[in-house]
Amino acid sequence: MSRLSDHNVILAKEIIARYPKQKSALIPLVHLSQEQNGYVTEDAMRHIADMIDVTPAEVYGTASFYEMFRFEPTGKYLINVCGTLSCSLMGADSLMHHAEQTLGIKAGATTDDGLITLQHAECQAACTEAPTLQVNYRHRYRVTHESFDQLVDDLRSGALDTEIPPHGTLGRNRQQIPADRAVAVQAPEDVTTGPAWIQVSPA
Amino acid sequence: MTVESRVVSPYPWAPGFYPGDRPEIVTSRFQYEDGHTLDRYLATGGYEGLRAALAESPSDVHEVVKNSTLLGRGGAGFPAGVKWGFTPQGVWPRYLVVNGDESEPGTYKDRLLMECDPHQLIEGSLIASYAAGLSQGFLYIRGEMALAHERVAQALNDAYAAGYIGKNILGTDFSIDIVLHWGAGAYVVGEETALIESLEGERGMPRLKPPFFPAAVGLYGMPTIVNNVETLSNLPFIAREGSEAYTAIGTPTSPGTRMIAVSGHVKRPGVYEIVNGSTTFRDLIFGDDFAQGIRDGNELKAFVPGGGSAPWFLPDQLDIPFEGPAAGAAGSMLGSGAVMVMDSTTDIPAAALTLVQFYAHESCGKCVPCREGGTWLYRIVERIVAGHGTDADLETIFEVGQTICPGEMPHASSERLGLDAVPFPYKMTTICFVGPSAYAPIHSALTLFPEEFEALVTKRADRRPIPVTAEVPA
Amino acid sequence: MTSGTDEVPEDADVLEEVEADVLEDVAADEREEGEELEEIEPPDSNAVVINMNGKDVVARKGETVIAAALRNDEYIPHFCYHPRMSPVGMCRQCMVEIEGPRGPMMVVSCMTPVAEDQVVRTATDEVKRAQEGMIELLLANHPLDCPVCDKGGECPLQDQAFSHGPGESRYVEQKRHYEKPIPISDLVYLDRERCILCDRCTRFADEVAGDPLIHFISRGNNTQVMTFPDEPFVSYFSGNVVQICPVGALTAKPYRFKARPWDLSQRESTCTTCSVGCRTVIQSSRDELLRYQGVDSDPVNWGWLCDRGRFNFEAINSDHRLTTPMIKTEAGLVETSWRGALDAAAGLINDALAGGGAESIALLGGARGTNEDAFAWARLADAIGTPNRDAQLGDGLPAEILGLDRATIDEAANASTIVLLGPDLKEELPVLYLRLRDAAEKGRSRILEFSATDSGMTPYAWKSIRHEPGTQHNAVVSALADSDIAEQLAKGDVVVVAGRSNLADSADVTVAALQKLLAGVQGAKVLPALRRGNVVGALSLGLAPADADHDGLAILQAAADGKIEVLILLGADPLNDCPDADLARRAFAGARRIIAVDTFACESTQHADVVFAAAAYGEKAGTTTNLEGRVSTVGQQVTATGTSRPDWMIAIELGLKIGDRSFGSDHPLRGVSTVDDLTDMIANTVTGFAGLSSSTLVQQTDGVLIESPSTSLPEVSFAEAGRVSYDYRLVVSRKLYDRAVGTQMSRSLTNLASASVAYVHPLDLDGLGVAEGDDVKIVSAKAATILPIRPDSAVPRGILWSPFNQGSGNIEDIIDWRSATTDVRIERV
Repeated sequence: MSRLSDHNVILAKEIIARYPKQKSALIPLVHLSQEQNGYVTEDAMRHIADMIDVTPAEVYGTASFYEMFRFEPTGKYLINVCGTLSCSLMGADSLMHHAEQTLGIKAGATTDDGLITLQHAECQAACTEAPTLQVNYRHRYRVTHESFDQLVDDLRSGALDTEIPPHGTLGRNRQQIPADRAVAVQAPEDVTTGPAWIQVSPA
Repeated sequence: MTVESRVVSPYPWAPGFYPGDRPEIVTSRFQYEDGHTLDRYLATGGYEGLRAALAESPSDVHEVVKNSTLLGRGGAGFPAGVKWGFTPQGVWPRYLVVNGDESEPGTYKDRLLMECDPHQLIEGSLIASYAAGLSQGFLYIRGEMALAHERVAQALNDAYAAGYIGKNILGTDFSIDIVLHWGAGAYVVGEETALIESLEGERGMPRLKPPFFPAAVGLYGMPTIVNNVETLSNLPFIAREGSEAYTAIGTPTSPGTRMIAVSGHVKRPGVYEIVNGSTTFRDLIFGDDFAQGIRDGNELKAFVPGGGSAPWFLPDQLDIPFEGPAAGAAGSMLGSGAVMVMDSTTDIPAAALTLVQFYAHESCGKCVPCREGGTWLYRIVERIVAGHGTDADLETIFEVGQTICPGEMPHASSERLGLDAVPFPYKMTTICFVGPSAYAPIHSALTLFPEEFEALVTKRADRRPIPVTAEVPA
Repeated sequence: MTSGTDEVPEDADVLEEVEADVLEDVAADEREEGEELEEIEPPDSNAVVINMNGKDVVARKGETVIAAALRNDEYIPHFCYHPRMSPVGMCRQCMVEIEGPRGPMMVVSCMTPVAEDQVVRTATDEVKRAQEGMIELLLANHPLDCPVCDKGGECPLQDQAFSHGPGESRYVEQKRHYEKPIPISDLVYLDRERCILCDRCTRFADEVAGDPLIHFISRGNNTQVMTFPDEPFVSYFSGNVVQICPVGALTAKPYRFKARPWDLSQRESTCTTCSVGCRTVIQSSRDELLRYQGVDSDPVNWGWLCDRGRFNFEAINSDHRLTTPMIKTEAGLVETSWRGALDAAAGLINDALAGGGAESIALLGGARGTNEDAFAWARLADAIGTPNRDAQLGDGLPAEILGLDRATIDEAANASTIVLLGPDLKEELPVLYLRLRDAAEKGRSRILEFSATDSGMTPYAWKSIRHEPGTQHNAVVSALADSDIAEQLAKGDVVVVAGRSNLADSADVTVAALQKLLAGVQGAKVLPALRRGNVVGALSLGLAPADADHDGLAILQAAADGKIEVLILLGADPLNDCPDADLARRAFAGARRIIAVDTFACESTQHADVVFAAAAYGEKAGTTTNLEGRVSTVGQQVTATGTSRPDWMIAIELGLKIGDRSFGSDHPLRGVSTVDDLTDMIANTVTGFAGLSSSTLVQQTDGVLIESPSTSLPEVSFAEAGRVSYDYRLVVSRKLYDRAVGTQMSRSLTNLASASVAYVHPLDLDGLGVAEGDDVKIVSAKAATILPIRPDSAVPRGILWSPFNQGSGNIEDIIDWRSATTDVRIERV
């Protein structure tokens, strides 16, 4: 289960083929594994290392730099409460306190039913709509204690299932590059001349 | 004033955006709920700029962009056309990297541009690639922006299907792939060399300089143009309407418009497309067209003029125009177009703490001053805010700051304190600006509101020297 | 994020002197670290004159300010900068002030290239303020456990805190805490609390060793060096990260808590574990060897050592060490006096001379000792008059390879094309592997590899040509006909690294391939990849066989045939080291008497009639010759264990005992009383060694190249046999860690040898219908053996590969030295 599934291996190969160097696919592939498993597993990192010909240590080294990657089981919904200046000015501390009370967990923890992980987060680029939070990286604006409670109710009841996919799924769609439209991707060392359309004036 | 009672945007699909009686270069489609679709885009002049560009030679298009003096909107404000010219002759391939990693505290514009008008960004990317001879583009979007991903992915898929991206675009020789790349959560990746490292599958740590510009040595060591989302979103207009139509707006040194977010304790926090150079901070914070003044009838206490990295301004600086050199002379910078407003109820040390915490958390760990110094500053301020500080800690903040930013640190003038401004910029011992950014807010807060810190800390008893007669050896 | 402002310059501050004494100490430590580059007067076209602290200094074009400064005795404090790795600019300690177009600027000197007329100041007030600030920050989270830290006393952080630090810390917050220390491999421990994140170890692992198994993980203030969970830092070069760590974060298991640095005394030497000849310092305390460190020798090892060379000093005090001579009695080997042993050995030799004549006496080995050892034994063999002598045991190449146009390591590492026609360098000559890998990775050279299986160098090869074992000569011919390869070789500047890639082939096959190659590539030079430490010295100084009829295999065959009265083993263990184990066993049974000179009790010494206890490496002085013919000194740092004596001394004493039939009254060796006498005698009497006197070599720490008389390879012919009923062709090659006694006797290395295993391609394993790890019977025309079998995709189909000398289930039993190749069948058991 925690290696990439056959279906995801096909997707992974498509993703790798889009880059002139395969290591560039590292972060997208770790995302893919997190989408599959809900968090990043050691087996998945080994699998990815194999696919892009690096060591597992290199995959872990890169992945652990980025905070969206979680290396332990995570709730179906990850609630990130922003605490940076604009949100803080508009009551982020009080919102976080309320969230902890409502969910019965401290920031950083997951509810016993495994549904919700709550954590403190940094600026979410929605500063005018403070205080904000994200559920699986989907924004909720001008969050009040009441709207937070409503959100939790909706998550528990499944009312938001179509809008908010489980933790790990980044977009509900993917980029597709149709084979008949794609330009052949080349390793940089194999390209020696400028593209066809550019008129290179002699230096 | 409660959260609920604030004004809301007339366009719920563009939360926080407010149109005004101003030219709209990049936000013209925000009025449409379906502004992100290809149909709406084509119905409103979409891809006309690309058609116009393809009718000319790449070098002519480059010339038009140079003449428009379009300045980069990522924070550095470097002219885009000049940046493209730094690519070395005869070195191929060249790449495009679109910096959609918006994450500077207070900044909120690139996400709107990607969610509400993704085709405009794609068209801009195509025009840049055509002009600079770029053979593959990577659209790096901050990982935490799921909706932006979905909108851009859909737009890319539609644009591929319609023949705007890929092989032989619009029947010409011009061919390019644009790949959507997901970030994964690291502020420092907004720095362009860190962005490239991240795109290569590495830890997003800024590269050493020299070489100073990725245009010379960038992705995979090849010439690479890195442009911000807003910058590229201006290109369809410039290509369609010409550079003169663009320079007719704004000032000669800073033409066109730019997007500004005003947030915090104001009546109408919002994102506005403003005309460069003609707006003051007073307009932005108090103008009816903009944030409409301080909430609940409170007084303005201080504001951050250019994103969380910027030294703070006081009411003393309200009449400074929103323009780089003026802000610099007054001791700060405009950065990424983000104003954060604090009213008289603000607990200044606690407000500064959120920013110090942010930059300490976001340090990549490469440079010692940032990795160790940033966290140290955060620990000290956290302790002070919790009531466990001493007056020695206040000195230590400046001392640690000195190791990150040697020499005089820029700050605003204060009539109340009898302080003169120290102009921007600062010196730094780090590779990038994350380290200094951890110091700038606490330096401003402590310099401009020393009494709030002094009220929080315990004074040490004066040290009683032990009476000795012998000379201490040197 | 926001970016794009520039630093504002400020006026220059006054230059001040810094604590000169402390700086000297720090600089001295740097030299011990092996960091110092050779001082070379740059050619004019490369010279850049910069002004540093008011002095004009000659820098090299393209180098960084810090490199120019350190070479010119201007110390700039630093942690992450290392001259053999690319700059990362992490520690920010090497700040200097440079006069820029807009006034003086503070820059990091490890990132700033030199420029003509650059004005650099390394100790202004502002620079010193920055340096003190960095040290304070580095110490903020660094535990002050220096009293129990192995690095304390030789620690760059400690030294620079003293010389460039603020003298006090204002840090009162909680320090970072991690579990300490944790083993990251069998040899190295990591203490993350002490780590200052300079990226030296991780850069080394990735850039230099090509084993990126340690990496930064996490971010910012939580960044740590770590391996992947459950995947240790398994690298043949792991000891180097301990040496280059600027704090005590990485410690080596063999040295932990063994000594305080100020109690160590040390001496420069040359490692003789293999023939690369890395420069080292050997360090001891209380007359016990405790540590070897690499020295940066520009033409050879660049400061690096392999783990086997670095840690095998542990063997010297092991239980298997021979400390006194022994003689065979009815009760087996018993200790005896030197007089008794010498008398007995002289008696055996005199009897043999009287009985079978000089032809009935043979010498095997000598490649593990010094030049002086080999020279003394060769003179003794000359005096006795025996033609039977060989420093190799049928596992090398004919000595004539030394007379080809020989390349240096530097020439190989700068060649346009490096042709690999030999062993897996990573396994046999590890530091040569590092040098050539660097050449390929930095784009200086293209590697053209001929091999039967994937090697450690395969990932870096421009082209790696797989050939069936025993057909490399044909592979060479077809490669030369390939237009891409021909075009590449036509660029000239070709170096062939030639050695034995497969011990189940005869050497003739490699010789044939080399001949084809040299015939096809005009002007190609050859770097002989012979493995034993001083094999080039031994072969050059008289321990080479006169011809193929008197070489190591011929001697063993003669012994097996009962034609050898006395077999003298000079640090040789044919029972474990000869590719045809059966031949060695028969030789031991057939030789009437055996005299062994060795440092360790090994299987072969068990069979000896007389055993001489020889002084070990580190216990004797002399010189050694590496594979490129570079002669450099070997140092004596401790007293010889027990009553053991240097080999050369044993040879001379034995010669004197034998009397008239060896050293006549005017024999020059009679006058030798010190090892320097022998060194000087070599310099005066051996062609190619002229001028290499003991006094010269002490000065020339990088060594001096010898010239070898020009020879050509012997003509070879061999039958190219078809496989008939055998499905697999056998490849047997060495791994770095094997059952060799010096490795096995080193406590820390003992468990690193792999077991004896047969490897086939995964598809072949499927076809056999046996499971991974099952025992199979491997049958050759000569014999059969039973080994567990495993899949390995590095092995092409139709080939069975097994590592040499890994103990139980000897693959060596089924090799027949007389056939060109070995074909086998795999049977289920």
